[in-house]
Amino acid sequence: MNIPTNLMYSKDHEWVKMLNDGTALVGITDHAQSELGDIVFINLPVVGDEVVMDEPLGDVESVKAVSDIICPISGTVAEINEELLTAPQAINEDAYEAWLIRVENVTDKADLLTAEEYAEFVEAEK
Amino acid sequence: MEKKTPIYDCHVELGGKIVPFAGYSLPVQYPNGVIKEHMAVRTAAGLFDVSHMGELLLKGPDAFKNLQYIVANDCEGMVDGQCRYTPLCNENGGIVDDLLICRINENAYLLVVNAANKDKDFEHIKKYVTGDCVAEDLSEGIAQFALQGPKAPAIIKRMADENTIPKKYYTFTVTEVAGVKCLLSRTGYTGELGYELYCAAEDAVGLWNSLLKEGEADGLIPCGLGARDTLRLEASMPLYGHEMNDEITPFEAGIEFFVKMEKADFVGKSALVGKENPENKRYGLKVTGRGIVREECEVILNGEVIGKTTSGTHCPAVGPVAMALLKGEPAEGTKVEVSVRGRTVEAEIIPMPFYKRPSTKTAK
Repeated sequence: MNIPTNLMYSKDHEWVKMLNDGTALVGITDHAQSELGDIVFINLPVVGDEVVMDEPLGDVESVKAVSDIICPISGTVAEINEELLTAPQAINEDAYEAWLIRVENVTDKADLLTAEEYAEFVEAEK
Repeated sequence: MEKKTPIYDCHVELGGKIVPFAGYSLPVQYPNGVIKEHMAVRTAAGLFDVSHMGELLLKGPDAFKNLQYIVANDCEGMVDGQCRYTPLCNENGGIVDDLLICRINENAYLLVVNAANKDKDFEHIKKYVTGDCVAEDLSEGIAQFALQGPKAPAIIKRMADENTIPKKYYTFTVTEVAGVKCLLSRTGYTGELGYELYCAAEDAVGLWNSLLKEGEADGLIPCGLGARDTLRLEASMPLYGHEMNDEITPFEAGIEFFVKMEKADFVGKSALVGKENPENKRYGLKVTGRGIVREECEVILNGEVIGKTTSGTHCPAVGPVAMALLKGEPAEGTKVEVSVRGRTVEAEIIPMPFYKRPSTKTAK
């Protein structure tokens, strides 16, 4: 299982990367993309939207099913990864390179897991 | 607890993602993923375990007479080794199931039915069987595989005596494939060339492995339920429980070609008289907006709900499409809106099938 140690993880299978300027990148984990299968569509918020911890920030559709993307933090959307709107399969190719949104004014954070904790969590869920 | 098909262990070994489906544990996909599996069937070949399908046998001197009354299609003129598709209707004209009839001989007809409907079908059929005829459920002892794709004929040719391979669509033979006794039919549910193979459950693992090995060089890969669904949707083939159910008539489902109202009498006929032009009919939709339309989404025209989608997803060769039961006879090209989990996505009525395999007519 691919779980980089420099990221934090939520129990909803999203990852968070805190950047030096205080903003944060959010994506879905490699485990999540693998469970979803071939991703063919993603619905993201727009810049300026408020995202709320534990609430959907958008959804991702694979050939098989649709899943909400549960936001692990609260804040304002500063940027979205527009490439994904036309090439969502990039998430299957590298889930940690294919960030979904960059969040600024982060006001709240879920109890995020370390890589090691997340690995244990995924194992226990099986 | 779900049942396992005879080759369940093969699926696990191949890395199949196992899900419950119609009472069975079956692979929804293998590590290649749905899109690669789908494209393998369109461009080379794919192998599906469809052993969950049910097989019922109608046999006895009165088998034909019974079959003619029980199913909606006309079985007159069928010869040994011929297959015919038919809806099975209830007294109200709704669809109990859709199935494939294989004429073994004049006194024996094999009915291949949907797994989820098998018990219901068996009870339904037994209700109508009269005279010197019995219905038997052979499902437990039979495994079924679908070998589909343009390379399928070449693969089978290397595994069976060429003279015994069915040449025409919707015909079958009883032959040996890789030394395993099979009923080999030129049928399928993908819109591609291909075969379906029925063998004894105890021979299943051997046949499955022989097919995979023999086809490997041609690009054959194992395919799961996910690709089976995207392939049939792309080919606009109706699926029971989606485009058809006990309340939907064959005329609404768009399979009226397989209902022969001029036939003497059959279960459901009297209820279907006068319903040949129903208010709701099956249509094809291409999603033109951003999003994926799935089943059970409302379809809106000029602010009015005109029906619901019955199936829909992203199909690898044609993009996001859906089928829907709609009223008001919307013409091709009509722009509609589909309500997808609170969002509105634009779509357009387009002709079916969404995908048609390239012509394979060979030059003489």
